[in-house]
Amino acid sequence: MKKKIALLLIAAMTISTLAACGNSAAEAPASTTEEAPAAEEAAPEEEAPAEEAAPAEEASTEEAAAPAADGELIRVGFAQVGHESDWRAANTKNYQDTFSEANGYELSFVDCDNDHAVQIETVRGFIEQELDYICIAPIQSAGWDTVLQEAQDAGIPVLIVDRAVDADPSLYTTALGCDMIAEGEAAGNWLAEYLNGEDANILVIEGSVGASATLGRTEGFNNIVAQNSNWTVLDSQSGDFTQAGGQEVMESFIKSYSDFNVVVCQNDNEAYGAMDAMDAAGITYGVDGDVTIISFDATHDGLQYTLDGKITCNVECNPLQAGFAEGVIQKLEAGEAVDAWTLVEDEAFVAPGIESQYAVTMSQEVLDGRAY
Amino acid sequence: MNKLKKITKMKLFLPIFSMILVMMINVIYDIASGNAPLSFFSISINNGILYGRLIDVLNRGSEVAILAIGMTLVVSASAGTDISVGSVMSLSGGLCCMLLAGYGVTNVSEYNVPLWVGMLAGIAIACVCGLFNGFLVAYMNIQPMVATLILWSAGRAIGLLLCNSNIVYVRVPSFQFFGGYCGIIPTPILIAAACVAIAAIVLRLTALGTYIQSVGINKKASRISGFNSAKIILLCYVICGLCAGIAGLVATCRIYSADTNNIGLNMELDAILAVALGGNSLGGGKFNLAGSIIGAYTIQAITTTLYALGVSSAQAPVFKAIVVILIVVIQSGPVKDYFKKLSAKKAAKEAVQA
Repeated sequence: MKKKIALLLIAAMTISTLAACGNSAAEAPASTTEEAPAAEEAAPEEEAPAEEAAPAEEASTEEAAAPAADGELIRVGFAQVGHESDWRAANTKNYQDTFSEANGYELSFVDCDNDHAVQIETVRGFIEQELDYICIAPIQSAGWDTVLQEAQDAGIPVLIVDRAVDADPSLYTTALGCDMIAEGEAAGNWLAEYLNGEDANILVIEGSVGASATLGRTEGFNNIVAQNSNWTVLDSQSGDFTQAGGQEVMESFIKSYSDFNVVVCQNDNEAYGAMDAMDAAGITYGVDGDVTIISFDATHDGLQYTLDGKITCNVECNPLQAGFAEGVIQKLEAGEAVDAWTLVEDEAFVAPGIESQYAVTMSQEVLDGRAY
Repeated sequence: MNKLKKITKMKLFLPIFSMILVMMINVIYDIASGNAPLSFFSISINNGILYGRLIDVLNRGSEVAILAIGMTLVVSASAGTDISVGSVMSLSGGLCCMLLAGYGVTNVSEYNVPLWVGMLAGIAIACVCGLFNGFLVAYMNIQPMVATLILWSAGRAIGLLLCNSNIVYVRVPSFQFFGGYCGIIPTPILIAAACVAIAAIVLRLTALGTYIQSVGINKKASRISGFNSAKIILLCYVICGLCAGIAGLVATCRIYSADTNNIGLNMELDAILAVALGGNSLGGGKFNLAGSIIGAYTIQAITTTLYALGVSSAQAPVFKAIVVILIVVIQSGPVKDYFKKLSAKKAAKEAVQA
């Protein structure tokens, strides 16, 4: 009897394990027999650069161009970073909505759970499945040369989305994303305007070490700090883009520094944690408080805090990037050339009652009008 | 002289010495930078709550301390480690929040089901995970690291599925209480203290501790002398799962959300390190629970120290590694032998002179 129960338990665990794997694996399309030969045929012809590679096969028109014409789906693989924040969730949902079957796409979505090795393997899997396009949101910027070369050899166009890679641009088709340095500078410019010459003692809660968002936002903000002689960055520590991280770092900052008036959090989740820590220590923040909080990402919850006057300035990094990616893919499908870099436009938002030339003043209408 | 010898021979001497060593770094730093020398240790009541770096260490170290209880027993009984605890933490938090919020909902301000249902379910699933691990190790004779590798990768993934790949927020004060403050004391400290106390009492009042150690020292001999070795190993894994469940809920309540991607991330390594820093052999057998708990807080003390020193986040892992190497080397056999020889020589010299 006991053994039977144990066996049942094992069975249940195995099934749930499999189900979990299914999250990534099952969505990866089992390539149909008709499609596979077409792709194989296309590949050898492609010695040309990746841009012209898979999509616009005018040469083998009947075979390769057939998918789109027949109403067959364009198969896109997307190796997502993970789902570490609300921003990422909005970004994922946008891709899933944009590359839907109704729009003529078959999306293989893989959540790489912030694991660089998993992401490399995922991209390899996409290459093996001979997908039409591969979108990569790189977890870290280094270490991409080999797998990008493999994709190029297989003739699959690669779109580097959201974050940047340290690789020769000839290895991938195009990149698109926000300009993180510009975001950091926008935050700095707004702060200079807001403080209007007052001194600033600044604490920075950075994102994950080495992430391009962390590097860019730090660099951009520091550019503006350098222009203001009465600004001091007291300390800068990583909160790993998480709420728990932001909370722990802020708790420590409060004990190390008694005199600070600006806290810069490099994403909204860190800002939530920092606010919890300041609440616990009885430090007031926001428009009416002692400390001005600047945050990045401008997620829905984050903007709600901006509307409430708690996060004074929130710089957007637009997660609705799938439309830009689709635009690039449509151009490639039509055989047009694409730019090496597509900029996703960003905005900044400030709490009600503040007017700024750098940012939009928050209101309920602005919040309701947001797509995420 | 004799007194000193007695102290240094105590089982807990080295773990405590290591912890003091870590804290001394702060004292030196504070003196060097002109602060009050003991500012790291100062505790005050600020805004109605206990406030100070020592409190931070105790508060933030709660999860690892709770994990260390279970990990110590698992290491002792099965001579292996349970590497699934971090994932199980995330799974338990994920299930709890999913039930409290309702599937697919990402933000609630009132419970979907009563709080205790969610909490109990989170702890229950963690115990089931422990049962699964224990069954594989004890009855299927699979290597502990391989057996627990399954849930190490699957646990977090199941948590993700339960939360529909979202961060699920439960913004209810009674939920936040377990990660916040109970009066002036951070609740996680109380939860960790309760767990340690219960474990210590159970191990002291029953023969369980002896059973576990004897199974760890020699499984076959224990079975022949009448213990059900497999059952004892299974029990250790279930306790380890239970600890992971409690730690997961603490981590979840802290941020009143199920951040399944990050809760407990790499914490299994901290738990194993805590057991090692506590002077326990990872080869199983005799164990020292108090040592593991001290080890857990030592790890947190290192992290808090790095924040206090303002070590840049890119360099922090290197400093942490150096401190850990120092502590492990101090506790290693050859170094201990060297000091023993040194004192023996000294004693011999004194004897000759006399």
